[in-house]
Amino acid sequence: MADAAGGPQPEDCPGTGSAQAGRAAACQGCPNQKLCAAGAAGPDPAEAAALRERLRCVRHVVLVLSGKGGVGKSTFSALLAHGLAADESKQVALLDIDICGPSIPKMMGLEGEQVHQSGSGWSPVYVEENLSVMSVGFLLSSPDDAVIWRGPKKNGLIKQFLRDVDWGEMDYLIIDTPPGTSDEHLSIVQYLGASHVDGAVIITTPQEVSLQDVRKEINFCHKVKLPIIGVVENMSGFICPKCKNESQIFSPTTGGAEKMCQNLNVSLLGKVPLDPQIGKSCDKGQSFLSEAPESPATSSYRNIIQRIQEYCDLQHTQEEKTI
Amino acid sequence: SAEVIGASNLSGVRHVVLVLSGKGGVGKSTVATQLALALRQAGKKVGILDVDLCGPSIPRMFRVQDSAVHQCDSGWVPVFVDQEKSISLMSIGFLLEKPDDAVVWRGPKKNALIKQFVTDVAWGDLDFLIVDTPPGTSDEHISTVEALRPYKPLGAILVTTPQEVAVGDVRRELTFCKKTGLRVLGIVENMSGFVCPHCSECTNVFSKGGGEELAKYAGVPFLGSVPLDPQLSQSLEEGRDFIREFPKSSAFPALLHIAQQVSDSASQRSS
Ligand SMILES: Nc1ncnc2c1ncn2[C@@H]1O[C@H](COP(=O)(O)OP(=O)(O)OP(=O)(O)O)[C@@H](O)[C@H]1O
Ligand SMILES: [Mg+2]
Repeated sequence: MADAAGGPQPEDCPGTGSAQAGRAAACQGCPNQKLCAAGAAGPDPAEAAALRERLRCVRHVVLVLSGKGGVGKSTFSALLAHGLAADESKQVALLDIDICGPSIPKMMGLEGEQVHQSGSGWSPVYVEENLSVMSVGFLLSSPDDAVIWRGPKKNGLIKQFLRDVDWGEMDYLIIDTPPGTSDEHLSIVQYLGASHVDGAVIITTPQEVSLQDVRKEINFCHKVKLPIIGVVENMSGFICPKCKNESQIFSPTTGGAEKMCQNLNVSLLGKVPLDPQIGKSCDKGQSFLSEAPESPATSSYRNIIQRIQEYCDLQHTQEEKTI
Repeated sequence: SAEVIGASNLSGVRHVVLVLSGKGGVGKSTVATQLALALRQAGKKVGILDVDLCGPSIPRMFRVQDSAVHQCDSGWVPVFVDQEKSISLMSIGFLLEKPDDAVVWRGPKKNALIKQFVTDVAWGDLDFLIVDTPPGTSDEHISTVEALRPYKPLGAILVTTPQEVAVGDVRRELTFCKKTGLRVLGIVENMSGFVCPHCSECTNVFSKGGGEELAKYAGVPFLGSVPLDPQLSQSLEEGRDFIREFPKSSAFPALLHIAQQVSDSASQRSS
């Protein structure tokens, strides 16, 4: 970013996540020096290593990201978890790190559930025997409770989710994130270690207002060396339930995700049309995939989930990676 | 203190209005943009401060994404949308070298820039300063509200879409307003209902009524429902003046009505 004259960051900012944060020569005189030096900015490396040790029994980690809000990250995360858990031999966990706007409890039909303390930490909430969920929503006592937290507190909770939750063995850990490229994103990547994540699935809608943020998210992935599994274009086209004609509510004025993927050389995993039933299923906490097996959106979700599964199968498992 | 405010860049700003939502992608930037256009139509001078640092939409929605801000004696000169200088903008988008650069910043850095945005932009005289925010109740929101507190904002508009998943997040945003002492001007329900251009059938793509129900439940004004309108999204893609060019479109009356109510709240306070 251009250092706007008198901007808040020094020219050679080592980055808040760096071990040099607050300690480098360039940090002298920066208004954030104290905060960075105190570690408010990032995890300390020894701690991150301990966290990773604890997560050794996770085979595959998939991050669901988007630069833009409201494009369907949580919906996709929930359906990906349901889709993967359809194979009863696989253990699937869904972690919601959207601390200020957790939607996963409602979408998974777990609203009002509370986390329980077990001998070895917090127990996640189970949807099925092989599908467990964790979200800040399970720690709130009322639907009006707001989590008015700055970065360091959010980071602390994310760490707790990784360290203190009794996840057990996991074949897949799906992580739903808030929009943006800030604390939550940096922290999860640093805690897990970019190389221990199979990759990120990036969600967008077809219009440029969304794509311009998603390009930033893709740059974020490059910056932190997070592999990109691919892009999903959501809400592409709406088919009128009465006359069956298609309308573009969010028109791909600059070529949509397809063109962006070509330009940036990332895979397009698929397009999912707008189906009013998707939102309704989310509100009822039911899996759209089983609620509307005949919908074109379902087959498109299923194809995408299969591609992600194949991608993960090609990756080494966590254990192999750490050796 | 009065002295500080006397010398401040915001002393010529009459009313500050925040646009908030707990949920992303519900149309905060859209409402901020259309509110500015409608107030301009009514002869007002308007500024927009975009504090969405990771995903700024305002520059493109006015088709000035290639502009840059300049420095003057009293701080940053905002970007003007028109020759008459009736709408001025400040956004991190104007500070980026390349438009696709990711702003990978943690809270403290975002907070420092927001403080600067509030104190260092030479807005001049404005009837309204509209603040567009990212979703949530975190660093950007706390810092913005704290920095603006001395200037006594008129209040906040909360935007939601009708489905429960969005309304749930906006309930939390209401709690944020209560805790920070920010008056709620009202709730806007956006994207409620889509009229098929082929057969005129109205489908509630994201269900219907959630925003109005929430307003009733919370005892705050309901500012209206804005339908899903492809002409609106198209017009935002191209950075056009929707309010002037599409007075016949389905979203127009609702947007104008929202601006009217904001104007009324402002004149009630002034009198
Ligand atoms: N009533 C509407 N009809 C049609 N399209 C709309 C409507 N409201 C918003 N949109 C479109 O929906 C998309 C999301 O809106 P917008 O960017 O304003 O949301 P936001 O709340 O600011 O999102 P973010 O949380 O990412 O900042 C935009 O492409 C916008 O043009
Ligand atoms: Mg926005």
